[in-house]
Amino acid sequence: MSQPDANVYYVPHKSRWPIVATLGMFLFMVGAANWLNGHDTAGQVILALGALTIVGMMFGWFGNVIRESLKGTFNSQVDTSFRMGMMWFIMSEVFFFAAFFGGLFYIRTFVVPWLGGLGDKGVLTNGYIWQGFSAAWPTNGPEAIGGAFNVTSPWRIPLINTLLLLSSSITVTVAHHALRAGNRKRLIGFLGLTIVLGILFLFGQAIEYSDNYLHLNMTLHSGIYGATFYILTGFHCLHVTLGTIMLIVMWLRCVRGHFNREHHFAFEAVSWYWHFVDVIWLCLFLFVYIL
Amino acid sequence: MSSTAQAVHYEEHHQGWFERWFMSTNHKDIGTLYLSFSFLMLFVGGSFAMLIRAELFEPGMQLMQPYFFNELTSMHGLVMIFGVIMPSFVGLANWMIPMQIGAPDMALPRLNNLSFWILPFAFVLLLSTFFMPGGAPAAGWTMYPPLVLQGGESIAFMIFAIHLMGISSILGSINIIATILNLRAPGLDLLKMPMFCWSWLITSFLVIAVMPVLAGAVTMMLFDRFFGTNFFNAAAGGDPVMYQHVFWFFGHPEVYIMILPAFGIISEIVPTFSRKPLFGYKAMVYAIACIAFLSFIVWSHHMFTVGLPLGAEVFFMFSTMLIAVPTGVKIFNWVATMWRGSLSFEVPMLWAIAFIVLFSIGGFSGVMMALVPADFQYNQTYFIVAHFHYVLVGGALFSIIGAVYYWLPKWSGHMYSNFWSKLHFWSSAISVNVLFFPQHFLGLAGMPRRIPDYNVAFADWNMVSSIGGFWFGATQLIFVGVVIHCVFFSKAKAASRVWEHAYGLEWTLPSPAPHHSFTVPPVIDDSQLAHGDISH
Ligand code: HEM
Ligand SMILES: [Cu+2]
Repeated sequence: MSQPDANVYYVPHKSRWPIVATLGMFLFMVGAANWLNGHDTAGQVILALGALTIVGMMFGWFGNVIRESLKGTFNSQVDTSFRMGMMWFIMSEVFFFAAFFGGLFYIRTFVVPWLGGLGDKGVLTNGYIWQGFSAAWPTNGPEAIGGAFNVTSPWRIPLINTLLLLSSSITVTVAHHALRAGNRKRLIGFLGLTIVLGILFLFGQAIEYSDNYLHLNMTLHSGIYGATFYILTGFHCLHVTLGTIMLIVMWLRCVRGHFNREHHFAFEAVSWYWHFVDVIWLCLFLFVYIL
Repeated sequence: MSSTAQAVHYEEHHQGWFERWFMSTNHKDIGTLYLSFSFLMLFVGGSFAMLIRAELFEPGMQLMQPYFFNELTSMHGLVMIFGVIMPSFVGLANWMIPMQIGAPDMALPRLNNLSFWILPFAFVLLLSTFFMPGGAPAAGWTMYPPLVLQGGESIAFMIFAIHLMGISSILGSINIIATILNLRAPGLDLLKMPMFCWSWLITSFLVIAVMPVLAGAVTMMLFDRFFGTNFFNAAAGGDPVMYQHVFWFFGHPEVYIMILPAFGIISEIVPTFSRKPLFGYKAMVYAIACIAFLSFIVWSHHMFTVGLPLGAEVFFMFSTMLIAVPTGVKIFNWVATMWRGSLSFEVPMLWAIAFIVLFSIGGFSGVMMALVPADFQYNQTYFIVAHFHYVLVGGALFSIIGAVYYWLPKWSGHMYSNFWSKLHFWSSAISVNVLFFPQHFLGLAGMPRRIPDYNVAFADWNMVSSIGGFWFGATQLIFVGVVIHCVFFSKAKAASRVWEHAYGLEWTLPSPAPHHSFTVPPVIDDSQLAHGDISH
């Protein structure tokens, strides 16, 4: 394996995967939009085609990069570019969640009190449109959209889920240390444990959601509470799912011995991602469940 | 050494058309794709504008149904913002940043190709809505609920198109950050970097911070329309004004995303043709950073009349006026750069000077609108339209055209026609004022924006504005001619240093620049740089 020279710039070969990726995204969205508009069959078929293209693209593109990486084509400069890419990608995800958190805070600090008659903003709506609505949280608004509902206690499944995710952040760090120390057995064991914890978390969320729907009447339609609750926890869940899949891929790559003590950017990227979903969860636990 | 050197030379070999344009990992080819795409979109969005001005030529309904008029204004805005201004700045970044920092290419070339190719697909999604039951989105480019949610089948397509454009620009920005932070030639410190790179570095952070917020806003809309949530329904404890807050938290930084790279371009052009280094280089860098920071705390100036609490009105009024300070620093520094310089008025310089004048006019009307009591008069009138067209056409678009005239010889290796490019300039500079200046009067007199018909009292200035509009639109056809002639037919060879006093690494490369700009990091010679501790 020839060592790449850090003094010569590296430019990757041409690749067909980007254009395949855009095609996949396009089909996926055309399908989804058609489906939403009630063209069910056409929508579903196109959406499925798009999803398949995207999955195929991921195997192709990442497979390609993995092969190049194993051949030792990437010098340290490329490695740094990858790292920056992942870091700023995670940053953009942070801002995606920030939009929903911002919405939640705005609703809770301003909108609901105003609807309850606070300040000069509240006088008119509360005096004329929705008389006597008193501000409280959780709420589904003055017209009780979605009907009466209850919310789960944060100290049951959500607490367990918090502990699961927190410990998974620890186990992935232990795995990382093991990788750097060259301890394969420990690496594979602890990474596997992280995956198990992630799956358990998802399992917990599933129980919680079904409990909400079946017993508490707390659904997407439950006014602003249901809306903010599900958009925040739902997107978080989606991210945990993605993170778990990425962890599984990393586990397989560890088993195959793709990483060594110096070269394991992909592993680190996934572990950053995992810490990120963990931090988001802590915010959710605090602002959505407890407060 | 050998394996990577091969990688660099690999693409010099003959490549098929499909390979070159669809599978590219080359920053110049991808830059060309971006620029060509936005050029095309300029005429798509421009044709909507021509239709709008034709309808407004006289009072009364002449050409179209009111609803179609609303579709046109909404799509005009979306196409121009996401399809013209943003992609052409990314195209310029692609072409110039690697050349300006001594890099071979962008840091993540395949991602670069992905970022570009998402765009045409996104616009197919968006433009296809014209042919759908219920027509295209018609609630303005700001897409306010609940009105926009009453549209037909277009809503889902519009939202997904926005998602795609967001992904494209976020990936593009990630790439730019990685390129600038990681691929600068050794010795090219951040504070010796060209202003264009600086402006894009800061813009990229803005993009990463706010495009996801827009994605969040339209995602909530998607849920309200299709999944029965009630984010924007007060009866359920939600609030339509929440959309406006989230949208403008994106929207105001977005307007700076569309102007900061322009600041960078002007800061490159003005010193070259003033034969003096940029006045106050560091102050210029800090001013951009300051504007970027402030742009996060002014968003509610778009919402002064929706019924904000008094404290919020006052806060956003002052924070908005504060932005005029670093903006003023930039204007003064450009003027100071020209002061006592040996000016010459080649075509790029003409566009740059026009930029400074027109952008200042837009900035002044901006400060007027920042005053809450005054804005109660201006809000939702043609005054706003005049304001943002001065900053976006006279500002952003003029800087882009100036940049093309500045760097086109470097890209193509040929000079363009002096006569036709000057005609293009003068015709644009005059017509743009005929087009937009009267809109100030219309707005002050009370003509609302986004309407297909108006009181006869507004007839005269509307006709003037429409004439200016057709004139400006037709003038841009000259631009097409100049560019096509320069790229394919011109015989006049361009030198490496195309302009007498042009400094910076890009001018050390031959014209046209080689396929891979720098294959090994160049040795930095401070006297060849445009900025830093230099004296030329
Ligand atoms: C000195 C700097 C500026 C100030 C003080 C300023 C202020 C404002 C204010 C207060 C409004 C809202 C008016 C209303 O709706 O009643 C506004 C609207 C707008 N501004 Fe500016 N602005 C400035 C620069 C810019 C720049 C540089 C751009 C873009 C390149 C820009 C683009 C826009 C756009 C697009 C709108 C209208 C949005 C809409 O309602 O559709 N502005 N500006
Ligand atoms: Cu603004």
